[in-house]
Amino acid sequence: MSSLLRISDVQVEYRSRGNGRVRAVAGVSLDVAPGQIVGLVGESGCGKSSLARVAVGLTPPSAGEVSFAGRPITPLGWRRRPETEIGLQMVFQNPYASLNPRRTIGAQLLDGVPATVTGAARNARVVELLDRVGMPAEAADRYPHQFSGGQRQRLAIARALAPQPRMIIADEPVTALDASSQAQVVNLLVGLVRELDMGMLFISHDLALVHEIADVTAVMYLGRIVETAPTRELWRDPRHPYTRALIDAVPQIGPTPRLPATLAGEVPDPANAPTGCRFRPRCAHAFAPCGDQPPTLDLGGRSAACWLNDPATASAAVASH
Amino acid sequence: MAPLLDVDSLAVTLPGPRGPLPILHDVSLTVDEGELVGIAGESGCGKSLTAQTLLGLLPPGATVSGSARFAGTDLLGLDQRGWQRVRGAGIAMVFQDPTAALHPMLTIGRQLTEHMRVHLRMDRRAANRRAVELLDQVRIPDPERALRSYPHQFSGGMRQRAAIAIALAARPRLLIADEPTTALDVTVQAGILALLDRLRAETGLAVAFITHDLGVLSALTTRGYVFYAGRVVETGPTGELLTAPTHPYTAALLGARPHGTQAVGTLRPIPGGPPAPGQAPPGCPFQPRCGYAEPACGTSPPPLTPAGEHRSVACVVRPHLEVAAR
Repeated sequence: MSSLLRISDVQVEYRSRGNGRVRAVAGVSLDVAPGQIVGLVGESGCGKSSLARVAVGLTPPSAGEVSFAGRPITPLGWRRRPETEIGLQMVFQNPYASLNPRRTIGAQLLDGVPATVTGAARNARVVELLDRVGMPAEAADRYPHQFSGGQRQRLAIARALAPQPRMIIADEPVTALDASSQAQVVNLLVGLVRELDMGMLFISHDLALVHEIADVTAVMYLGRIVETAPTRELWRDPRHPYTRALIDAVPQIGPTPRLPATLAGEVPDPANAPTGCRFRPRCAHAFAPCGDQPPTLDLGGRSAACWLNDPATASAAVASH
Repeated sequence: MAPLLDVDSLAVTLPGPRGPLPILHDVSLTVDEGELVGIAGESGCGKSLTAQTLLGLLPPGATVSGSARFAGTDLLGLDQRGWQRVRGAGIAMVFQDPTAALHPMLTIGRQLTEHMRVHLRMDRRAANRRAVELLDQVRIPDPERALRSYPHQFSGGMRQRAAIAIALAARPRLLIADEPTTALDVTVQAGILALLDRLRAETGLAVAFITHDLGVLSALTTRGYVFYAGRVVETGPTGELLTAPTHPYTAALLGARPHGTQAVGTLRPIPGGPPAPGQAPPGCPFQPRCGYAEPACGTSPPPLTPAGEHRSVACVVRPHLEVAAR
């Protein structure tokens, strides 16, 4: 399967007063194929939004490359976006900020409709887009404030769909919504991907949600991807202690109260990232080899950056215990 | 023993641009000493307004009927001075967004001790000692240093811990926590839930935990109330409520959650949206969205009626509900 979006060894650095350079993304590679949903999970501050911004060209990477449909992405500037890159669209977390409050929904959707569509066909396209996201045609004449949060997010998705994208990057698209609107928006996105054979990078801190919809899940910690695996395998048998900790922290419904497992410590400041494995100070399994940064080990269809998966170091650890 | 908090037939109406808007209808709930009670529902269902009513924080022009008693005090009859005695030392509150709840330009220490110096008339030294104790109790490392820190120097989880410490400063008997973990990551959330449970066990603190996350409700609380459109539609022991719901709305909320089955469409959204205040249909407010509605649902709002031991439900149909595992 050839990939539609390819993120190769991307780094993102921000300059900060006092701390010098802060590396928010410290070398991340990730592929998304057509018709595939890749979930990216991680705690706030792990760099997932920085990665999303690089992936759509909103932020230039300080190293590495992002390519879309085989061509490198050019960082967004004042110049017109190359035709091919219009196929890459983004849905943001906050539908209150991503829609212009002073323009009608119809006018905003028309912005995205390709110029090749002319005359009455343009308005027909707007109606079609609204229908696709389950909104009535009359919505075109209204303003964003006349809609609820869930409806606005559906309208923001319609806007993203206007240029007929092949790939959508959704950064926490349902975090601001209620459970039942969440379900509507998520089902809509998943349905679109399957129906239109789009690729989707779905970024969320909600593991249970990603579990539900993603074909592949990547787990990010402090600027690095620590594990990538087909979603079911990741949940059944996580190979990185951080993935395990995240899964165990999700509260479950059961007949009696049972507190989710806690993870010691806090996410360190990226400006002061630990040496070696960045999860080491919080990891219950840390052992001598963790002083060195673990490589991303290929585990056959999945990968993890943890020394426990390296037969040589792991057996040494067992022997020493 | 009388419950610590006893709310009976509470109704609240807020002033609206086109006349009064009824927001809460006939809400009855109790919280015992040292009990963890959950309040669940979608945004706009009246969960937060219930909390505001119990703290005397309703906007001007609101009208309240029914009764709310806390440790023998009739809350609804209190004047400003009476409320000042209840707030903090009786009932304290923690909000969803700790960044907004903390003053950005005052140190954590100042925000913690101000309270004690004013309400408990402590001197600076005693207040500082108590502040260190409190920060230690909520597991903030290096409390002495934390006292001199500003909120922006803390992470989201630490800020929420600090906000909890401030809420606990005057030794309240009931803590109302309004979505305190919604803005936090799961690992941080797990820490806050463990903290609240420990405080309950160690100090006998009662907690009313407001959330829309049924997983959190199940993990932490022993008894729960499900709110819909300003009414309690179902109540009972949380475990039973969530594994064997008797109200179609509770079942629908459960169905809208991820189940881990990984198939498109397994999230079952509830069709439509909750009614806006004042626009609820006659009869059961959930009826327009309910798959089990019958003609009888349209006449008058169903009262909360007993449904088995310690459980009540406001539904006249009482359909057999299929609930997916988990």
